[in-house]
Amino acid sequence: MDYERLLTKQAKEMRPSGIRKFFDLVAEMPECISLGVGEPDFQTPWDIRDAAINSLERGRTKYTANAGLKGLREEICRYVHRKYNIPAQMDEVFVTVGGSEAIDLAIRALVGPGDEVIICEPCYVSYEPITTLTGGVPVHITTREENDFRVQAEEIEAAITERTKMLVLAYPNNPTGAVLRHEDLEAIAEVVKKHDIIVLSDEIYAELVYNGRHESIASLPGMYERTITINGFSKAFSMTGWRLGYAVGPKPIMDVMIKIHQSCIMAAPTTSQYAGIVALRDCDDDVEHMRREYDIRRKYCVRKLNEMGLHTFEPFGAFYVFPDISSSGMSSDDFCAKLLERKHVAIVPGTAFGDCGEGFARISYAYSIDHLREAMKRIEEFLKELKEEKNS
Amino acid sequence: MNGIMLLHCLENDARRSVTDLADILGETEKEVQNTIRYLEDNKIIVGYHTVINWDRANNDHVDAIIEVSAKPERSSGYDKIAERIARFPEVSDMYLMSGKSEFFVSVSGRTMREVSDFVGQKLAPLEGVQATVTCFVLKKYKSNGVILEFEQEEDDRQLVTP
Repeated sequence: MDYERLLTKQAKEMRPSGIRKFFDLVAEMPECISLGVGEPDFQTPWDIRDAAINSLERGRTKYTANAGLKGLREEICRYVHRKYNIPAQMDEVFVTVGGSEAIDLAIRALVGPGDEVIICEPCYVSYEPITTLTGGVPVHITTREENDFRVQAEEIEAAITERTKMLVLAYPNNPTGAVLRHEDLEAIAEVVKKHDIIVLSDEIYAELVYNGRHESIASLPGMYERTITINGFSKAFSMTGWRLGYAVGPKPIMDVMIKIHQSCIMAAPTTSQYAGIVALRDCDDDVEHMRREYDIRRKYCVRKLNEMGLHTFEPFGAFYVFPDISSSGMSSDDFCAKLLERKHVAIVPGTAFGDCGEGFARISYAYSIDHLREAMKRIEEFLKELKEEKNS
Repeated sequence: MNGIMLLHCLENDARRSVTDLADILGETEKEVQNTIRYLEDNKIIVGYHTVINWDRANNDHVDAIIEVSAKPERSSGYDKIAERIARFPEVSDMYLMSGKSEFFVSVSGRTMREVSDFVGQKLAPLEGVQATVTCFVLKKYKSNGVILEFEQEEDDRQLVTP
């Protein structure tokens, strides 16, 4: 068969995932100490698991409504209102298979051939390929360390053209851990309103903020009508494998997203949805417990990396630190490959999150403190060896 | 330094050395030592215990929870009788409860006989104790937040994920 002829041009031209490439490398060294995951190390809180078990025992095993269980959508409305001051009505939220599906739907609903989507890099890996698949054109903004990796309103304005349809904001950010300040959001909101574009705000890490509380851009005056807020259960409630997320936004957009969702997914997993109700309603304390643990580790990693000479900016969100490894004189790929080979520690090259991630690496602190201490010890040894080799 | 962070670290593992704690929290050893002393002196840290699954230690060990009905006294209420009970070394935990009985008393001994002797000869005869109900522990599933009998849950994450 000539598969090359059969596969579509767009699919073939999708950039291979940098994460995947590194995963394959790591897979050959299963005994390594990994700091490479993008998911929490905590188990899903027991109350949530219990709710899922209970739903199965009661035979809740059928499809739900396309938009999700009514009870869950009600909880989502209450939750985004009490946490992020987003004034969503029942018909302005729906349940997806993880935040990822919501990202896909939002881009497919709004971005057509030639439409430009502004993506602030480094960032999570899926915005660009989905944009490309729809025929849209990704326009990259490089966020810089001197701005704490916060995208600036001027940078957005400079990237806007007649064809700009959407701005993707992903804060707290994976991989940098950056969070936006109130004044950043205000300035961005002004630009977005002036040029009449839509914001896709991926707030999956909203519960993991260490210097106050997360603020949603949708809560700013005049922004709800032009913002699709995406959130989910994976990071906050440590529920990655449950594949449960949601989108919140203006009804006309949600209606179209649900229409696509009906065709390709039908409905999110029923068991997960029953569990999700309990997560949003009863688990604030569990989330707070996890956040506190992450915070100890976050401070530890930032301090250690800086002490050993890898300049690391202090991130206030998510569970990643993003050290500048350029002082090693190596590229991100080489640095990570060599660290893996010599010290059996897996961290992810910054380039996996956009070309501008060159010179950086992502370290996840979703690991026990003892695991982190061992890894940091090895990274320090590695840097020492590099230095000695340079000097000899 | 932040005493709460220190307490969280010790709560999970009381055996962590001062050196380790200083490293984790980014403080000097002296600072950690001083804070621990402060927490101990102020009875915020009141002890360091080992969670033991005695069932696996091949050692005779019996736990019992005893409900104790007691009469309050003028002016001191339940505190005086509580103190008399709490001072017995056989008593490991004791609470004043709402509900039918006044106290819940946890008692450990080597044998059931030893525990029943304690109840019959020391606890029940106390003035102010009106009745006791002794419930022996048959099997311990969880102790101090640690699951004893069930399989540990493993970290089954992929090594690298986005």
